[in-house]
Amino acid sequence: MVFFLQNVVNALQWGSFYALIALGYSMVYGILMLFNFAHGDIFMVGAYIGFGVATGLLALSSAAGVALPGWFVLVLTILLSMVLTALVGVTVERVGYRPLRGAPRASAAITGLMIGIILETGNLALLGARRISFPSLIETATYNVGGVYVTNKKIMIVVVSVLLMIALHQFIHRTRWGMAMRAMAFDYVVVPLMGVPINTIAAMTFAIGSALAAAAGILFGVAYPVLDPYMGIVFGWKAFVAAILGGRGSILGATLAGFLLGFIEIFVAMVFPSTLRDLIAYSIILVILTFRPHGFFGEPHSARLRL
Amino acid sequence: MQLSVENLHVSYGNIRALQGVSFEVDEGEIVCIIGANGAGKSTTLRAISRMVDPEPGSRITFQGENLLDSPPDRVVSRLGISHVPEGRRLFGNLTVLENLKLATFARKDRDAIARDLERVFAIFPRLAERKEQKSGTMSGGEQQMLAIGRAFMSGRKVMLLDEPSMGLAPLLMRTVFDSLREINQEGTTILLVEQNARMALQFSQRGYVLEHGHLVLQGPSRDLLDDPEVKKTYLGG
Repeated sequence: MVFFLQNVVNALQWGSFYALIALGYSMVYGILMLFNFAHGDIFMVGAYIGFGVATGLLALSSAAGVALPGWFVLVLTILLSMVLTALVGVTVERVGYRPLRGAPRASAAITGLMIGIILETGNLALLGARRISFPSLIETATYNVGGVYVTNKKIMIVVVSVLLMIALHQFIHRTRWGMAMRAMAFDYVVVPLMGVPINTIAAMTFAIGSALAAAAGILFGVAYPVLDPYMGIVFGWKAFVAAILGGRGSILGATLAGFLLGFIEIFVAMVFPSTLRDLIAYSIILVILTFRPHGFFGEPHSARLRL
Repeated sequence: MQLSVENLHVSYGNIRALQGVSFEVDEGEIVCIIGANGAGKSTTLRAISRMVDPEPGSRITFQGENLLDSPPDRVVSRLGISHVPEGRRLFGNLTVLENLKLATFARKDRDAIARDLERVFAIFPRLAERKEQKSGTMSGGEQQMLAIGRAFMSGRKVMLLDEPSMGLAPLLMRTVFDSLREINQEGTTILLVEQNARMALQFSQRGYVLEHGHLVLQGPSRDLLDDPEVKKTYLGG
């Protein structure tokens, strides 16, 4: 039982990364009918930006001779990096995708792949092939809760992730921009007839998705402090799986599917050798998709009217 | 002239939908364009609301200003031209109230928005009853009311209507057209395209007949109703 609960805790943390990344995938897909295959690399860029911001903040504070509390630096790092990575996402949309609106979907998809490669190799060119350690901003504290070991970092990661998910839900359902996004997900073409500037909404969608990926990147850096330029690839693909499994454009679906992926992976690894983890985990998901091809919350329509 | 269209050409690939259409609409008028399916009626409205790009040489001006300089959302929010598209195209995943509110996305005049919302609910009490309902679950007539209400909220100078009678039972059609007349009397210019030529000509002051991308006939709607050609082709003899 203790062993089981221990794995639940680990799965919650692992699933948080997938869920946060999957949300960006799902939003862009749902609202703009676009697979942003560069999204995993945005997660990587977010982690690196987080590294840069954190390192910069630490250097600044030591130069000024003030010892900033680690928590404070971490929160500031997350917020600043989310903003900066959002700008990267907006740039990707503006430069890569917007000129291709109305082009065949395959062109936009390979644009994503190319942007991904550019971000990876750009990073490589900029920082070299060495791996980078994410600065340790907070001391790990381990709590023993009835035999289950929980660290302050794990709690922080899950709490921050859930808070961001709640914030996103509120944004989508309580603001006029969120309303415009929901309308675009339903019928892209007529949204401008409502006086809504769709380019602004598209940019905002990318900004939010990228900001969430950045948060995931930093939280990942806190838990596993080794960054490399290709770290976003596998994470990106898995988050993409979660987004599809959740159902087209479904925020709740992407969240739950992200956590489900985390659970499946962790629990498969609990029983089987870890080398078999992804083989077994993704075979399970393949079977789930066979029975629910539209994902958990997807609707089997999508033959929507388009001009 | 409030709205003036000159030499409008629109093509979809190789298909030439409009081939030099010119007409004008004056402030406060109700003008209709009638024509068969595929004559180019919807395309004319789409060109005005900037959902399709006309070919070079086409001119559309609104109150003397080149309308083609404005992106689609600004045609609505800045010029005040609203468009009830073919098939209504409501956001079925949003509630009735959300559909109406979305139409005010670019508006900042909160008090006026609240007044307009009340006005829509006064014109279409059914919408008030179904405020919190998802619009996709409403009947065809209610959806048409919401489509018009949404246009009312978004831009009030000109309303472009694409087949408002489509799919409506005669009694409901009356209700809808009576409401449109009410909206017109409050100062909104109406340009509608219809396959139901009789209804459109009875409702409007002036009419144009569109055939294969050309305007072939125009005049006061009363005269068009008596025109032998119009009678034969569009009014069933």
